[in-house]
Parts: sequence; C-alpha cells; structure tokens
Amino acid sequence: MRRAVGALLRKEAALELRTPQVIPGMALFSIVTYVVFHFGLRRNQVSGDLAAGVLWVTILFAAMLGIARLFVTDREEGGFDAFLLAPVDRTAMFVAKAISMFTYLALVQVVAIPAFVVLLLGPGLSGEELLKLMAVLALADIGIAVVGTLVGALAVQTRARDLITPLLALPLLVPVVIGAARASAPLLTLTGAGTLPGRWLVVLALYDLVFGLLAYAVFDFLLED
Amino acid sequence: MVTYGKGLRPLAILTVLVLGGGIALALFYAPMDADQGFRQKIFYIHVPMAIVAMGGFIAGGIAGIMYLRTEDSKWDLRSYTWIHHALILALGALITGSIWAKTSWGHWWVWDEPTLVSFLIVFLLYCTYQPLRFSIEDREKQSRYAAVFAITAGAFVPLNFMAVRMAQSLSHPRVFATSNGGLPLKMQIAFYVMLAGMTLFFITLTKFEMASKNTRAQMGALRRRLGGEDGPARRSAAPALPTATEAGTA
Repeated sequence: MRRAVGALLRKEAALELRTPQVIPGMALFSIVTYVVFHFGLRRNQVSGDLAAGVLWVTILFAAMLGIARLFVTDREEGGFDAFLLAPVDRTAMFVAKAISMFTYLALVQVVAIPAFVVLLLGPGLSGEELLKLMAVLALADIGIAVVGTLVGALAVQTRARDLITPLLALPLLVPVVIGAARASAPLLTLTGAGTLPGRWLVVLALYDLVFGLLAYAVFDFLLED
Repeated sequence: MVTYGKGLRPLAILTVLVLGGGIALALFYAPMDADQGFRQKIFYIHVPMAIVAMGGFIAGGIAGIMYLRTEDSKWDLRSYTWIHHALILALGALITGSIWAKTSWGHWWVWDEPTLVSFLIVFLLYCTYQPLRFSIEDREKQSRYAAVFAITAGAFVPLNFMAVRMAQSLSHPRVFATSNGGLPLKMQIAFYVMLAGMTLFFITLTKFEMASKNTRAQMGALRRRLGGEDGPARRSAAPALPTATEAGTA
C-alpha cells in the first residue's frame, strides 16, 4: 500500500513538473480573484470577517480548479486502466490523490497568502498570527482535499464534469468555509491577534475525520470497471 | 419479477384519512397559539415535511449502502425514489418556512436561522443528484455512483446541521417547546397525527413511483419482444430495472 501510494505520488509529481498546469493555474486564479474582489467590494483593504470571507472564497474557488483537473489525465490518458491492472489496493489511489490535492493547495497558498497580505489585508500578519493561520489552513486543506478527491472521482466519469464538480463540491464544503472563516477572522482583525477559537478547529477536525473515513470507505466503488 | 403495486390502494386510502384527519385536528382541535395566533398552524405542515424530508435523505443514503453491498437494482430504485420525494418535501418545507418567516419577522429569508440555512444547503446539494445520474450513461455505473453520492450526502446532513447551528445564535422558533414546559397535549396529538400522515404520504408516493417505474420497464421489454422496434434508447436519470424478459434470459 505504502509503495503503491509512493509510486502514484511520484507519477503526480512528475506530471506536474513536466507540464505545470494545476498549481500555476490555481495561484494565478487566486490573485485575479483578489483583483476582482478589490473592484467588486470597492475596498482597498479588508480586515476581520470580510478578510476571512475574501480569503476563503478565493481558496475555495481556486480549489475547484484543482478538483476539476485532479482525475482528468487518469481518465483520458488511461491512468485508471493502468492502475486497475496493477495488483494493489485501490484505496492507494484515494490516499495518493488526497495527498497530492493537499500538496497543491499548500503550494498555492504559499503564493496566495502572501499575495493576499500584500494586496488586500489591512492589518498585516505577525509571526504568531501566521502560525495560527497555518494551523487553520492545514485543517481546512485536509477537508478540501478529501472531499475534493471524492467529488473529483465522482464527476470525472460524467459527461457534464465541469458542471457537476462545483455543484457537488461547494455545498459539501460549506461546513469547511464556516469553520475556517470563523477560525481565521480573529487573526485578521485590525485590533491585533485575537485568540484562536478552538471550537472551530474542533469542527474542522471532526469534518476531516468524518469525510476522511467516509471517502476511504466508498472510494473503491468509484474505481471498479 | 418484483411486484411493487401490492397494497397500494389501502395505503393510499389510509394516507388520505390520516393526513385529512391531521389537518382537521390541527385546524379545529388544537388550541390557538397564545403568542402567534393562526399563523402558528403552518408548523403542523412545515415541521412534519422537514422531518420526513430529512428522514428520506438519510433513508436514501442507507439504501445506497444496501445497493453497494447487494448490487440489487431494487435498492437503487429505492434510493432514487426516496431522495426524489424527499427533495420535493424539502422544497415544500423551505417554502412553508419562508412563508412563516414573512408573516412573523417580515422577511422571506432570514440568514440567522440555522435550521433554515442548513436546510437550504442540504437542498442545494441534493439538487445535483438528478443531474449527476443523468450525465452518466452506463446504467450500472450510474447506479453505483448515485449510491456513493447518496451515502456521502446522507452523512453530510447531520454534520452540516451541526456546523451551521454552531455558527449562528439559536433562534429557530421552538414552537413546540413553549416556556411553560412543553406542548399542550392537544397540540401534540395534532402534530403527531400530522407527522404520521406525512410519513404515510411519503411512503405512498414513493411506492407509486416505484410501481410506475417497474411497470414502464416491463412494458418496454414486452414491446421490444413484440415488435422488435427498439427505437433510440432514451437516456434517463431513473434507475434501470431488470424486466421479466431479461430476468428470464439471465
């Protein structure tokens, strides 16, 4: 299982390194979205709840791009067939895809969070706030990666893939947005670092756990052919 | 061959009686609410609708589990019809809730009411069930993917309610839990009769749809055997059923 996951991860990394598509696309999309928010909201700077909202809507919509691309090469270039021929546990595909989705999100945020601070965030981020924000980001990214992998695998087999992906993923990810926006809003206020609301981290962790187990249980059925 | 139509007529009659009786009880027998007056009566429809819709969604998820375990298309059909009718009842619950919000608070939609908001999110999620089925051509794959969706969404329902409820102040009207300790007995009777009636209504409707789907599948099979005119296979979101002829050859 571990070797299968490792091989799949190497394949994902090789693909993305040869023709970088997903990560540059998502990062560029995030920055364009900040510009759109700047004009849409007519604000030069945002803080507090509004900042958390802008940040999480941007991350969520950028994630949609990644989710929509996650299984496309496997379907079109025969990756699924090759994987099904290999005598390995099918759950390896889920684990590898969820890890790569998480990595995509984390790498995009390495660009998108500093861009957000520079372009839109009023209060700025201290080191301590940044650490706390990273904790929130990590928990939310796990949730997005898990649900995104499940939805991506569901949607890639449909004819209306581009339509189905966001229609399924957005409602499913509403609890993540609630938890992440609530948890990160105090970190982005003008009055300086508020305390990190622990109960929202618990909600995020619970969401990750429930959907992690659920996706782990049902993913096999999406691969049979 | 499975017969779905058995016992439909007595069930339908019973549904009409209980639902009609429940409405009569709610209108004439249950006392007028002291604070809210007549508009409180909408809750005798709204709450049972919402409860039955949620029950239908979760039952659809359980039927999804059963389908994945047994690969029996009967369970796929159950999952499909339960979710289908739960979605209709959920729309009804949203509309009645909205009407009540308008009469009571003066707004059609109130965001700081967790139950209404989580209901909307669940409703929007399940709206994708039909398009998802429709856009998968292979029938067997369609059933399997729909089951995975039903299970995921079924597990999402309670989690979503919890998250949204935490996010907002608790302001959903506890209409049936008044300050002086619970509901008057007469209201309780009317409410539970309405709940039973709505459940029967749901069961009757789903049984009718299953019977109709089954009959249509068998008609199609017979027609194919008679005339041989196959016609262009119509794509559909509804589950495919094993028909008598196909089961015979299999």
